[in-house]
Amino acid sequence: MIKTDILIIGAGPTGLFTVFEAGLLKLKCHLIDALPQPGGQCAEIYPKKPIYDIPAFPEVLAGDLVTNLMKQIEPFQPGFTLGERAETIEKLEDGTFVVTTHKGTKHNAPIVAIAGGLGSFEPRKPPIEGIESFEENGVEYFIKDPEIYRDKTVIIAGGGDSALDWSIFLTDVAKSVTLVHRRNEFRGALDSVEKVQELKNKGKIEVITPAEVIGVHGNGKIDRVSIERDGEIFQKQCDHFVPLFGLAPKLGPIAEWGLEIEKNAIKVDNALDYQTNIPGIYAIGDVNTYPGKLKLILCGFHEATLMCQSAYQRIFPDRKYVMKYTTVGGVEGFDGTKKEAPKAVVKSIN
Amino acid sequence: MAQDIIIKIIDREGVTHEVLAPTDMNMNLMELVRAYELAPEGTIGICGGMAMCASCQCYVLSDHNLPEKNDDEEAMLAEAFNVKDNSRLGCQLHIHPELEGLTIELAPES
Repeated sequence: MIKTDILIIGAGPTGLFTVFEAGLLKLKCHLIDALPQPGGQCAEIYPKKPIYDIPAFPEVLAGDLVTNLMKQIEPFQPGFTLGERAETIEKLEDGTFVVTTHKGTKHNAPIVAIAGGLGSFEPRKPPIEGIESFEENGVEYFIKDPEIYRDKTVIIAGGGDSALDWSIFLTDVAKSVTLVHRRNEFRGALDSVEKVQELKNKGKIEVITPAEVIGVHGNGKIDRVSIERDGEIFQKQCDHFVPLFGLAPKLGPIAEWGLEIEKNAIKVDNALDYQTNIPGIYAIGDVNTYPGKLKLILCGFHEATLMCQSAYQRIFPDRKYVMKYTTVGGVEGFDGTKKEAPKAVVKSIN
Repeated sequence: MAQDIIIKIIDREGVTHEVLAPTDMNMNLMELVRAYELAPEGTIGICGGMAMCASCQCYVLSDHNLPEKNDDEEAMLAEAFNVKDNSRLGCQLHIHPELEGLTIELAPES
């Protein structure tokens, strides 16, 4: 069981900055995120796009914002459970919470801060009739274990990086790889596109464009798909069909935690501390809602800061504390580092 | 103040709304739908308007002259679901006076 002071669900900008504010109060944090890397939407959806409304940054790339936040929180040694979705929450008799991920990793903390943005990123499933019945039976929306494709016939659909990268990778594993995309142009990285072209020229990947998989067939297990190209429909045999159409956020299991939900977001007390209807569980950043809410990174930072003060009081109800300016108090990391403002050298006048 | 225009939006339940849209606030159709809360939060404008999620896909029903799709919009629509010939991403259509009377229908949530 992983133990910490504040368990943060969601490692986007708001979740990451929470580590800093908590660290100033000597509280340790651990973050859970369904994505394999920290940064949330900034890292997953738009790392190369500029943001213009972070105070004092006239312009910063979303990816750089994440890099800077990671650097800023480094002294506070946060723990990470990445690539796992927070699934269930349970309150123990001592008042602390246990959050378990879909992979079964358990985390225990007196405070839970949900900074889950729009939810956890899950694969977008194409609206093909009957496709659900083949999930786990030859239809996979993401590739967990490439070995299951060894010596199999695989059809991949999609036009982005993951469709290209997996098509390339599986040529060395699968018996055959077919890539189906709705247009001739792909928007993945240029070298991936060129590599697929090269493999196509060598006959190692079959590329079917502009085309779309419109049907899935088989008896229990998938054995072929229907593909439409130029108005013509034909069938193609396969052992696996892997639609890779990117990820979309869903509030997911958090919606079942007994929290008050409004407009696909968690209601919080914004007059005080961004606590939810369950004491000890806070919601900050894009995942929460209150009158006048704005889904902005800068608002998430503010909410995280206030929330940490409340969390401190909750953990230490009898201790007195006043907020200190970092310029005055410096930043003492849990790793033994200390940053502080240089003291002015006063020279005597003779 | 620039004049507001009227845009007709058919929501995902099939209900038609005639809404006033400002032409001087650099708004796009996705933002207009959100401003009038014609689709639940969290189901539209997920990427914030970067042509990277297709949650604001709509079908253009009126005969207006719209700007050509840029590469980002083309690419996203090529990976979106329920795409038709008249599909556009609402976030890429900026509201200006020539769009008076524009009629759009929101594509299903996916």
